[in-house]
Amino acid sequence: MSLLVYVENTDGKFKKSAFEVVSYAKAIAALTNNTVTALSIGHVAAEELTKLQKYGAEKIISADSNQLSNFINRAYAHIIADVAKQQGAQVIILSNSFSGKGLAPRVATKLDAALADGAISLPEIQGDNWTLTKSAFSAKAFAKLSLQAPIKVISLNPNAFEVQENEVSAQLETYESQIPAADLGVLIKEVVRATDKVSLPEAEIVVSAGRGLKGPENWGMIEELADVLGAATACSKPVSDADWRPHSEHVGQTGIVVSPNLYIAIGISGAIQHLAGVSSSKTIVVINKDPEAPFFKVADYGIVGDAFEIVPQLITALKAYKGQ
Amino acid sequence: MKILVCISNVPDTTSKITFSADNRSFNQTGIQYIINPYDEIALARALDLAEGGKGTVTVISVGEASIDPTIRKALAAGADDAVRIDAAPKDARFVAKQIAHYAKDQGYDLILTGRESIDYNGAQVAAILGELLALPSISIAKKIDLTDNTLTVEREIEGGKEVLSLPTPAVIGTAEGVAIAKIPNMRGIMSARTKPLTVLAAEEISSLSEIIAYETPAPRGKVTLVDPGNVSQLVDLLHTQAKVI
Ligand SMILES: Cc1cc2nc3c(=O)[nH]c(=O)nc-3n(C[C@H](O)[C@H](O)[C@H](O)COP(=O)(O)OP(=O)(O)OC[C@H]3O[C@@H](n4cnc5c(N)ncnc54)[C@H](O)[C@@H]3O)c2cc1C
Repeated sequence: MSLLVYVENTDGKFKKSAFEVVSYAKAIAALTNNTVTALSIGHVAAEELTKLQKYGAEKIISADSNQLSNFINRAYAHIIADVAKQQGAQVIILSNSFSGKGLAPRVATKLDAALADGAISLPEIQGDNWTLTKSAFSAKAFAKLSLQAPIKVISLNPNAFEVQENEVSAQLETYESQIPAADLGVLIKEVVRATDKVSLPEAEIVVSAGRGLKGPENWGMIEELADVLGAATACSKPVSDADWRPHSEHVGQTGIVVSPNLYIAIGISGAIQHLAGVSSSKTIVVINKDPEAPFFKVADYGIVGDAFEIVPQLITALKAYKGQ
Repeated sequence: MKILVCISNVPDTTSKITFSADNRSFNQTGIQYIINPYDEIALARALDLAEGGKGTVTVISVGEASIDPTIRKALAAGADDAVRIDAAPKDARFVAKQIAHYAKDQGYDLILTGRESIDYNGAQVAAILGELLALPSISIAKKIDLTDNTLTVEREIEGGKEVLSLPTPAVIGTAEGVAIAKIPNMRGIMSARTKPLTVLAAEEISSLSEIIAYETPAPRGKVTLVDPGNVSQLVDLLHTQAKVI
């Protein structure tokens, strides 16, 4: 038996999440005496495909055709389920990315599989019964989810499992089969992607700012701080509601839930709905002029002060540190 | 045009989440329930699309009679009628199967859900419905437009967006940007009392997974405050102590 991992690419390059899911599958394979088969869909060159060997993929299957150059969840789900059947895979692993969220439930439904949506741990395995941890109540709690069907689909949260090298040599195969026409009935008209920006759900460092910044014209220093740190930018809900920043930056219970290594909150009060989305960050830094701001209660480091004075100093100090 | 909006009854966002002594169930005492905020966005968009006699909006929810007040709120916001499938919602697959069973021969042109519920955060219902009903689905939409029978949808992707075009019928999960939730007015609240709410028996569906325990996150240690006059100390701490830069 093998574990099947679906690896996502962006314009032919694997995302960090691809190496995360392969590393995660390899760790499960070690627990269950299995091998890891990776499936890539869309155009990815052989040179890029073979990178997956480094993280433990023993077989790499590439499904590459013009029809598949853009993500269409129905067509992709069809291929993943088809390959899972061909390979006799009982466990299918993918990233709980924006695309993964549209895929995993379809694949699980096709295979009558139990689905762990947004796993953040390795499974505890007792025969057919696998227990995984996922976050619940928008990161206000964790749930232990037990998967009780012979076939299991696990979607792994970004940043929940560290990439681990585990070099093997892989055989490369191609997948060829007709995709049902109905599965291709969605047309991609346009893809807009900021290539110079770090993607928020996958970011290791997030610089986030709130209403304390007073207006969109003051985000220059936030972007500069993010630049120096190689971080993604984020914001609180009122900030995106007021159109100071795009909705895609809104973190919290009704926005994106992030779990970076470092979350820096600037001029954000720390309302319960905001904290829900950031509380699984490993280290939290809060900069706020109000010493009573609730955010300080969940912070690891804090500076009580005016963001307009502190942030420029922090940029200078970081530049000095990076320059060393 | 017929639109179906799937709504979920969830704890108010200010709720403090606690669990029973055996950690197996969520403590419901004192919790206020609301329409899942993402579902309110779906409902608002559906109402705009159907406005001026262009269509009808039905809301559906899987739950016991205790969720009727939440369903009435959706009727007060403007939905034409409602369906409740009478069962405690076990998980996303259970809910989606119940809704698919109801919707399969009803001829809906558009089925909307929220991108995820803020309690179990599954983000599964739209895609499972799509699969069960053999329809295209988009799980996280930031914008939905409809001309004739063609939907133009903006989908969230890491670091950007995709613009997609697809024919109806389709299933779409909505996120912020699609619409702003509608606040019911007095007339809506009055008329909601008499709008039809049909209660249907649930299908028998066996579960493939189960939540066996909950945990609350470990509290963080006390904050280390850095003197605002010595910002470079923060950089040192992040490097040497937290080891995150
Ligand atoms: C249904 C619902 C869902 C919600 N979901 C979310 C969600 O997902 N995410 C979210 O973020 N919010 C959410 N909210 C809103 C949330 O309740 C808060 O209103 C919001 O998080 C506050 O944003 P803020 O901290 O930016 O603004 P404020 O609460 O106004 O706080 C601004 C902070 O900036 C500080 N400040 C001001 N000036 C300066 C300065 N010069 N230097 C330093 N600090 C300064 C102030 O001391 C204050 O602490 C939700 C609310 C509801 C009702």
